[in-house]
Parts: sequence; C-alpha cells; structure tokens
Amino acid sequence: MFRIRFHGRGGQGIKTASRILGTAFFMAGYEVQDAPRYGAERRGAPLFAYVRADKSPVNERGIISQPDLVVVADDTLVGMPAAGVMQGVDQHTVLLINSQEKAETWSQRLNTPATIIILTATETVGEDAEASDDAREAAIDRAELPYIGSSCAAAAAALTNVISRDVFVDALTEELKPLGENIVKKNMDIALAAFAAMSQHVGIVSESSLPSAKEYIKPEWIKLPFEEAKISAPAIHAGVTSVKVRTGLWRTMRPVIDYERCSGCWWICSTYCPDGAINVTDEGLPDIDYDHCKGCLICVAQCPPQAIESIAEHVAKHREMSAASTTGGVHDT
Amino acid sequence: MTRRLLTGNSAAAWGARLAQVDYVPAFPITPQTEIIEDLSLWIDRGEMDARMVTLESEHSMITAAGSAASSGVRVFTATSSQGLLYGMEMVYTVAGWRAPFVMINVSRGLSSPITLESDHNDIMAARDSGFLQIHCATCQEITDSVLMSYRLAEHKEIRLPAIVNQDGFYLSFTREPVSLPDADRAAAFVGEFDPENLQFKSGAPLSQAMAVLGGGPYSYFRYQAHLAVERALSVYDEIADEFADTFGRRYDMIDSYMMDDAEYVLVMMGSFATKARDAVDSLRQAGWKVGLARIRLFRPLPQQKIRQLLSGRRAVAVIDQNISMGMGGILHSEIAMALYGINDAPGLLASYIGGLGGRDIRQQEFFEMISELKQASDTGDRLQPRLLYTKNELTEIRNLQAIAQAEHVEIKQAERKKK
Repeated sequence: MFRIRFHGRGGQGIKTASRILGTAFFMAGYEVQDAPRYGAERRGAPLFAYVRADKSPVNERGIISQPDLVVVADDTLVGMPAAGVMQGVDQHTVLLINSQEKAETWSQRLNTPATIIILTATETVGEDAEASDDAREAAIDRAELPYIGSSCAAAAAALTNVISRDVFVDALTEELKPLGENIVKKNMDIALAAFAAMSQHVGIVSESSLPSAKEYIKPEWIKLPFEEAKISAPAIHAGVTSVKVRTGLWRTMRPVIDYERCSGCWWICSTYCPDGAINVTDEGLPDIDYDHCKGCLICVAQCPPQAIESIAEHVAKHREMSAASTTGGVHDT
Repeated sequence: MTRRLLTGNSAAAWGARLAQVDYVPAFPITPQTEIIEDLSLWIDRGEMDARMVTLESEHSMITAAGSAASSGVRVFTATSSQGLLYGMEMVYTVAGWRAPFVMINVSRGLSSPITLESDHNDIMAARDSGFLQIHCATCQEITDSVLMSYRLAEHKEIRLPAIVNQDGFYLSFTREPVSLPDADRAAAFVGEFDPENLQFKSGAPLSQAMAVLGGGPYSYFRYQAHLAVERALSVYDEIADEFADTFGRRYDMIDSYMMDDAEYVLVMMGSFATKARDAVDSLRQAGWKVGLARIRLFRPLPQQKIRQLLSGRRAVAVIDQNISMGMGGILHSEIAMALYGINDAPGLLASYIGGLGGRDIRQQEFFEMISELKQASDTGDRLQPRLLYTKNELTEIRNLQAIAQAEHVEIKQAERKKK
C-alpha cells in the first residue's frame, strides 16, 4: 500500500492536492482513500491530508503514522512540532519539500535518514544557466499560491511511478473542472512542470506492508491513575495560554503599518482586531504583534487613511532579511 | 456499475437524493455540514426536486422533520454531536409521534472538553429514544443504509424514524470508492411513502397533538413503540435480502468476518471495524483463530443473533468507542446482557474502551487485545476493563499540565501584585 501525507496551511490547496492524487491513483486502477485532517483552524493554520492507495480494498483508516512519502507545501511547517511533519518519518520515507533551500541543508538540519527531495527548481532550474525564462517562471509559480497544491500532487504522482502523465492530466481536470477552464489550464501547466521536474526521482517512493501480528511492538498501555479534580478538570486559563500559542504562524498575508500615513487615531485598527494583536504604544501609535496576528486583514480594510498595507508573508520575510543584511544585521542563509 | 470516490458525507447526500426525499430541514455542524451543502447545491441546480429549509437550531430542525413526516412527505435530515444533543428533546418526541424519516448522525465526541473528532457517545445518547439505529463502516454502506432505512422506517408495522450513523472524519471527510445505485432502481427499491393515517396538513383544520396521559395509557404507547422497534428485527432481513438481490451487496444485522471457526472474537461498531478486519487477517496469518462481529443494527439490538454468533467462543473482546461514566462500555454491557444465562456463553467477555475523540486504535492494539484474551483464557484470569491509553499519551498530557501549572503560578503572582 502507498501511504502519502501532504502537509501545508489552510488555503494552500492541500485537501485539493490529496484529492487530485487520490483520483489519479483511482484512475490508474488502485483502490483509494483520501482525506483531509483539520480542526477548528482557519486559513493559514497548519493542516494535513493523506492518500492511501492499494491494489486491494483499503481497510486501514485514520492518520498515516508510517508514511512512504511526505509532501511539504510550506517549509516553515517542518520545524513546527505541532504540524507533525516528521511524524513516523524513517529511512524508508521520502520527504518532498517545497523550499528554496537545498536537500543537503534540510538533511543536516533535520538529522533524518529519510531521502529528501526539493520540489522547487532551486537545484534544477534555478542554478541552470540554460533554463528558459518560462521554466524559471514556472519553477517560481509552482512554489507559490494558489498552484502549490497541484504541484505537490503532480510531483507525488511522478515519484510513485504508477501514475502516468496522461492519467494525472485526467485526474487534475476532473478535480478542478468545477473551477473553470482557465484555472484548470494554469494549474495544469504548472503541475506538469512539477511532474517533469521529478524525472530523476521517478519511482523513488515504494509501497510498504501492513503491520504484522507475527512480530509487532507491544503498545505501551498503562493503567491511567486517578487524579484529583484540581489536576484532571480540563480548564483553560485563557490569558497565558493565548500568549504561549504563536498563532502568528498561521499568517499567509501580513498587514504592515505605514507610520507616515497613519493618522495616529490608534483605536480603529486595535479595536477591530479580533485577536487583540494590535497594541498601542506610549506614543499612541498602533503596533502589530506579529507573534499573534493571524493575517485576517480586517485592520487593512478598516483603517480610514489606508495606512495598512497587506503583503504576502514570504515577501515580507524576504524584505526583513534584505533589510537585516543592508543594515549589517546577521542572518542565517 | 461505475464507481466513484465519495466522502461519507457525499455518500449520505446521495442516499437522500436517490431516495427522492421531499423535504430537508437543516442546520450546520461540523463534521456534518457537507451533507446539506451537497443537497442544497443539487436542489439549487434543479438536479433534485426537494425543498430545503435551514432552521434556527437542531431542536427546530428535528421538530420540522417530524412534523413534515407526519404530513406524509419523505424527510431527510442530518446532525452531529452537540447538535443531536441540542435536539434531544425532539428526538424522543418525534419518535413518539411515530413519524418515519431518516436522519444521518455524523458521530463526534461530546463536550467537555471539546473535540471535532469521532466517538459514539453522541449516538448512544439517542439509544433509548425509539429511533432505529444503523451503524456504518464504509462510505458505500452509508448510501446503501439510507435507502434501506427508508424501507425500515416507513414499513407499516414499524413507522418510526431511523438514524444512520457514520463516524466523523474517518468516514465523513474520507473519500472511498462508492458504487452509486442506479437512480430508477433505487427509487423502485425504496418505493412510495404510504403515510396511511398520518395526515397533519396545514391546509386542513386539524392539529396534531399529544394528550397528557396517566401511567396506564402512557405505558401502552411507550410499549407499542418498543414493540415496533423490536418488529424491525423480522422486517430487516426481508429488506436486506431484497437489497442484495437488487444491488448485489448484502448487509446483515451483524457483519461477521472469519467467524466460522473463530475462538477469539472482536465485537465493535463503526468504521474502525475495517481496521479490525486487517488485524484479523494478520492474526490469522500468524496462526490465531480470530473473528470479527460488527454490530450494524444497534436498535433494535439483534440479541438472538448475538447469542448464536458468540456462544461457544473461547473469549470475546468488546471494543467500545463510548464511555458511560461510572459504568464503562455501553456495547460491552449490552453484549453481556444478551449472553447472560446461556449455557455455552464465551468463557471471557473483556471490555476495551478506546477511540474516543478520534483517538486511533492501532493494529498493534488489536493484536495485543487478542494476546491478552488468550493469556487470560489459558490462566483463567479475569480481565479488568481497559481504558486504552499509552505511556506516550500520558507524557503528552503531563506536558500540557506543566504549562497549566506554570499559568496557574503566573496568574497567582499577577493577583498578588494587584493587591
């Protein structure tokens, strides 16, 4: 059975990626199960989806604990324990990461025996002087919204080597058809570039078997001890917990205040912020707490002098890094 | 017959569409909402000739469902978890009206604390209401069970509402290959709803009311509802046979797997049973005589069939994805009740509680259950009911408790500062 897990953020098309791949397996003659896993979160929150495919009916259910392939659409999730990207990853697993960094960098950083493949063309197109502008552009597009989901599905399909390009084309068309022809076409071009970009790794992902009753690791069952209500009641002490959970990690768009344009009214953006993530400084100026701003952009819509701009998070991060280097700040490449 | 990939929610919506329902009172709740989204899309596009009304709560929704069914139209609705509980007053009430309709429940654990994921405590709360209950293990079974449930619910001898249960996430959001029955054959199988003397009509000067009754007459109606639920046992097989003849898929009250020579048996409900099938296969390969009995029809409870299936077995493990506080697993106690007093009852009837709030039950855990059954049978020991929980899970909660403790200290310090 193939067991494939996709990790990304709400809004990156991760559920769609799992559906495209699921449909592709199904069209290739496999029994299939695909499902997204999410909670009460919203756009930008970490989520994952998974696909199981086998020649016989799939009875296994739930979260894939021993993946053959893990696809990461957003590399900022890799280091976030709550996202569970590395769960069950071992030497059999292939880790496909959408990243501008190199596979060796990730291998060292994660200290994992898994095979790491980079989805963006940093290594293939990015450093290839002969690459056409179109290929370069496709490589960049594929790393970004809204096409990253389709790209991930295509790359995953190629890595399994049991889904032909034609079948993948049919599957993507089937899944995205309701969104209209233009969207299908744009996704298709970019996804097929991702499919082609995996050409050196085709078939690197292999199936694994079911756990066997002949030889298994005993579950470490325990007898749950009784504990008093002051320990065992599920109360949340609101304030502190909210501060500890860095919901700013969910953000895909970042509101940025232009203080030259800000009229200093201070109360409109800070009042409308549903997360209380805009503080007011002693000088009476609003200050966005990026550890907790989820990027809903309500402040952008409400600010009367339109002094708050919204910028894609990766662009904002890039600007920060450039600013740090020009001012002599240290940053880790 | 073409197969397509459908989520459990879509499979449920298809069941309603193929049963040609007339009226869908609706209220959203995770993980059920996709069902009414699908239906509203089809109605909007004119692909389905039905009326959907969004109500202001599940209480109103179930009232509307019972009222509409009492007027003689075919009704479908769906809910989950807190929604089912919010409508619980009317769950019992409409069953008392003997108003037949089908409701999907997408199982989700109950508050507190809150979860979005699956267990069976929500559906167990409707256990004694008079609704018939069918529990599904696959997406295919959901579509098929909706069709079969209309036959059961609208049967003249029964005339009661029915709940078709599917597990949240594990089925609701999970796509699997489903063969959709041909629309004409499905319509022919379900047939016309003959409401007999149900004639609650807004256009006619008639109101439907229930009298306030003393114990004797009150008991009559309650007993009659109970007898009608029981009657579904004799009607069920007839409908299952006809379904199998028409569509080629057989659904017994209890789905038995590798039971013929099984010495050790797993008994459970819902979608985790497909995982248990894999475990049975693997245990068989390892030389264990293991079988699986999945209770599909839970109300009425097929007690006679349970006795037939389990008598003479060496040991049985009942896995409950629910917990009755202060008692334990509900299915376990019902199986014990069914087996009480028979001569060749299983030597051991162990209880495992697990899979609460979407918590997985892993293959290793199924293996270990059977291993425990064998060991206890060999030594003649009794097995204490086990709450499935691992060392790692306790470590995880200890980490959360450490944060809570730190918070507690911080709050206390802040309070002291204020003073």
